[in-house]
Amino acid sequence: MSIEPILFYIFSTILVIASATVVTVRNPVYAALSLVLAFFTCAAIWLMLEAEFLALVLVLVYVGAVMVLFLFVIMMLDINLARSKEGFIKYLPAGGFVALLIFIEMCVVLGPANFGIEVTGEPLKHAADYSNTKELGIALYTEYVYPFEIAGALLLLAIVAAIALTMRKRPDSKYQDPAKQVAVRRDERVRIVKMETEKKQ
Amino acid sequence: MPISRWLNVRLLRIGPNRVGPRGLLQPIADGLKLVLKEIIIPTNANRFLFVIAPLLALAPALACWAVIPFADGWVLADIDAGLLYVLALSSMGVYGLIIAGWASNSKYAFLGAMRSAAQMVSYEIAMGFALVGVLMAAGSMNLSAIVESQSGSFLHWFWLPLLPLFLVYFIAGLAETNRAPFDVAEGESEIVAGFHVEYSGMAFALFFLAEYANMILISILTVIMFMGGWLSPFQGIPGLEDLFAFVPGIVWILAKTCLLLLLFLWFRATFPRYRYDQVMRLGWKVFIPITILWILVIGVGVMAEIGPWFD
Repeated sequence: MSIEPILFYIFSTILVIASATVVTVRNPVYAALSLVLAFFTCAAIWLMLEAEFLALVLVLVYVGAVMVLFLFVIMMLDINLARSKEGFIKYLPAGGFVALLIFIEMCVVLGPANFGIEVTGEPLKHAADYSNTKELGIALYTEYVYPFEIAGALLLLAIVAAIALTMRKRPDSKYQDPAKQVAVRRDERVRIVKMETEKKQ
Repeated sequence: MPISRWLNVRLLRIGPNRVGPRGLLQPIADGLKLVLKEIIIPTNANRFLFVIAPLLALAPALACWAVIPFADGWVLADIDAGLLYVLALSSMGVYGLIIAGWASNSKYAFLGAMRSAAQMVSYEIAMGFALVGVLMAAGSMNLSAIVESQSGSFLHWFWLPLLPLFLVYFIAGLAETNRAPFDVAEGESEIVAGFHVEYSGMAFALFFLAEYANMILISILTVIMFMGGWLSPFQGIPGLEDLFAFVPGIVWILAKTCLLLLLFLWFRATFPRYRYDQVMRLGWKVFIPITILWILVIGVGVMAEIGPWFD
C-alpha cells in the first residue's frame, strides 16, 4: 500500500474532526482556530490532488488574512454564552428542520450520482513537469477572461462601497491631531497671573 | 544568531557585555539562563494555547526554508509555486502572536497581539504586491528560476528595475518581523513588552528565535528576489569574474544575506519607534499605491521588452 491513501485518511480524519469542532465547541476562539485547522488540512488534501496553486492560495487568503481578522474580532467580543443559549428548545424544531433539509439537499447534489468515481473518473496523474499554476493561469486569462475580469471589477466595487459606507465623519467623536499638538505654543496653554504676595497671617 | 545578538547588544548599549573576555560569552550566558528558567503560566491563562503559541510562531518561519535555494540546485523542494509557498507560510506566523496575546489573559499582551495582527495583515498586502512585481519580471514563481532570470551582471539583478518594490519589500519585511522601527507590537514604553509579556524561560526564547528566524528568512528572500541570489556580483565584469570564479554560490548568498541582516540591526540601533497610526498610514497609503503603480510600470516594461531585464 502506498503512502498516499494513508496520508489522505489522516488528513480527512483531521478535517472532519476540525469541522465538527467548529460548530460544537463552546469557546468561540477555539471554534475559529478549528476552522483554521480545517482550512489547513483542506489545503493539504488539495496539494495531494496536485492543485498546489489553489492550496497555497487557500492558506494565504483564508488562513493568513481572513481568519486573522475573524480572530481579531472574536477575541475583542465579550460573548455571553448563557444569553445565546436562551430559547434553545423553542427554536430546536425549526432549526432542526432547516438543518435536515440542507443535509438532504447536499446528499442529493453532492452524492455519488453527480460526484461519484464513475462520473468524474480517477483523478489524473500528471507528469513531473506539469505546473498547476501555469495551467490555471492559462485557463483564467484565455477561456474565462471575461468572468474573471467581471469578478475583479465587482470585488473592487465592493471594496469602494464598503469604504464609502463606513467613511463618514462623526462630529461627536474626538481625535488627536499630532501636527497641531506639536505646533502648540506656551501662551496658548498657560496663562501667567501676577498677584501680590499674601501677607503672613 | 549569537553573533547577531552580540552585534545588537554592542550597538545598543554598554550593559549586557560583562560575561567572558570582551563580553563574548554574554550570548551563551543569556541562552543558558533562558533554558534554565521556569516557564510561568499566569492564572486564568489558557494553558493549551499559551504553551502552543511559541511553537506556532517558530514553525512557519522554519518551514519556509524548504524552498530556499542556497546555490544552483541546492534546494530541498524545487516547487513551481515557491514564491506563493513562502508568502502563504510566512502569513501563518501571525497566529503565534495573536494566540499568545489572547491566551496570556493580560491586557498588555492582548493589546500587543491586536497591534501585531493589524500590522502584519496590512503589510502583507504590500509585500504580496512587491512579489507580484518580481514574478512578472522573472516570469516564474520558482525561486531558482527567479535567480536564474537575474543572471548577467550586477545590473541585471532586479534591484535596479524593481527599485521601489525592493525598498517596499524590505521595509515591509521589517514590519512583518515586528522589528524596530516597527516594533509597536512589543512597544515596551507603552504596553510593557506586548504579546510576550507573560512569557518566561524557553517559551520566551522560542519567540525570540522565531523573530530572528523570520529576520534571516526575509533577508535571504530579498537577496534571492532582488539581489541575484547565489550569483556572483562580479559576473560579466572582465577579469574580476574569472578571479572570483572559484567562490561557490553559497558564499555569495550568505554574504549578501548577512549584509541585509546587518541592516536590520543597524536600523534597530538608529531609528526611534514609529507611532502606531504612522505605521498604518505608511502601509496603506504609501506602500500599496507605490507597488500598484510600479506593477503597471513593469507591465509596460515587459510588453515593450525593455532590455536588459525584460527581453
